[in-house]
Amino acid sequence: MTVKYTEDHEWIAVTGSTGRVGITDYAQGQLGDVVFVDLPAAGVLLEKGGEAAVVESVKAASEVFAPVTGKVTASNAHLEAEPSLVNSSPEGDGWFFEVELSDLAELDGLMDAAAYKDYVASLD
Amino acid sequence: MLLAPGTELKRTPLHDLHLELGGKMVPFAGYEMPVQYPAGILTEHKTTRAGAGLFDVSHMGQAWLDGPDVAALFETLVPGDIAGLKPGQIRYTLLMAEDGGILDDLMVTRPVDDTDGSRLFLVVNAACKDQDFAHIAERLAGRATLTRLDDRALLALQGPGAAAIMRGLGPAALDLTFMTAAPVEIAGVPCLLSRSGYTGEDGFEISVPAGRAVDLARALLGAGASPIGLGARDSLRLEAGLCLYGHDIDTTTDPIEASLAWTVPKRRRAAADFPGAARVLAALKDGVSRKRVGIRPLGRAPAREGVAIAAPDGGPEIGIVTSGGFGPSVEGPVAMGYVPPAYAAPGTRIDLLVRGKPLPAEVATLPFTPHRYAKP
Repeated sequence: MTVKYTEDHEWIAVTGSTGRVGITDYAQGQLGDVVFVDLPAAGVLLEKGGEAAVVESVKAASEVFAPVTGKVTASNAHLEAEPSLVNSSPEGDGWFFEVELSDLAELDGLMDAAAYKDYVASLD
Repeated sequence: MLLAPGTELKRTPLHDLHLELGGKMVPFAGYEMPVQYPAGILTEHKTTRAGAGLFDVSHMGQAWLDGPDVAALFETLVPGDIAGLKPGQIRYTLLMAEDGGILDDLMVTRPVDDTDGSRLFLVVNAACKDQDFAHIAERLAGRATLTRLDDRALLALQGPGAAAIMRGLGPAALDLTFMTAAPVEIAGVPCLLSRSGYTGEDGFEISVPAGRAVDLARALLGAGASPIGLGARDSLRLEAGLCLYGHDIDTTTDPIEASLAWTVPKRRRAAADFPGAARVLAALKDGVSRKRVGIRPLGRAPAREGVAIAAPDGGPEIGIVTSGGFGPSVEGPVAMGYVPPAYAAPGTRIDLLVRGKPLPAEVATLPFTPHRYAKP
């Protein structure tokens, strides 16, 4: 499994040609208490960088962008009843959706964990 | 809000204390203010409804208005009953434009030691204070004198636990009932204390000399109050059904559309002697084309300010959400907005167009959470 990160604070964990997507711990910390997540339905085609989901915190609504191009195969139904999983387990049980990647080479343009860590450090 | 380039954000006397408490500072109405502390908005909201929350609202505008028969003079600018205020009473009223729009909403206090009707204490919104005070000073020039109190801070202690904290630090506070005020010494600090607030809960608003504000805040925190940021202030007032100026009311809305007819008493309607009286009286007589209502989305998605309201089942757009978000005490999304009177009855089905999708909602009775004021 490979985990990659975007500058918009999404992560994607890829096994074979399937990727599971969520937002990072840094992102959930910035958003504050999450109260609703609007997820893409299975079958939806996502374009890298396009809007994929919306996460609503008490403060505001924020867009989540697709880290890669591909077709949505599943979304995390647990977030409907328990959106706070995004806060408590952003990079675990609080995942958003899964996607079948159209082009694995798109991953090369994303950051690995070390690069993302440096990137976040540069923001503070 | 947009600030002109180079505009320095102002700081309140509690700025360093906010940083010490871990406040996340954001620009608001020209000030650097805490939007939340480490506890987070949900917890801060619930803490205020269950215990006592301490808010820094020093960015708001405070002023004395002095002059002979000042209440009658001030009534030329607002539709409220100011002349009827007894010493120590507070009134919520509206600063009116000539065309019947609302310039600001404000609190007017007749000081308890005002025996000759010559002084009022005003508290106005931060974003409006410069224009409000200029407007009042200009309109009453030569007859009353407005003195800005920029050397005073304003704190709010809100929640069912507020009275117990005051019992320890300034028991004279408990002599006040909802919408009354008096000078009270709290933790040794001389304050102008009002039993009022913006959360729907019992509580106090405390005007204090800037130099003593930190001492007072530390005393209140030490007695059990939790620091609360602007985020929870907004969710608390929204659940309480209270208007936010510039959002739920502004220069385009009149008091009747805004469901604030209760702020225009019979005597003022009969005399029709306030700015915008013609529009207000016409609205009372002929009705209005839109009305501010409470809205409960039936699903879990919050509907924010600016979301269009449509008639249900693919109907036309009929209105707009002016405040909306998640209500932590309601445990679901809540909103306020404007709809035509035909849709204004509680229980009426409407749709909210959130990100292009119609989401079912219902018009709801305000407030969403019952007010729990210390009424006599």
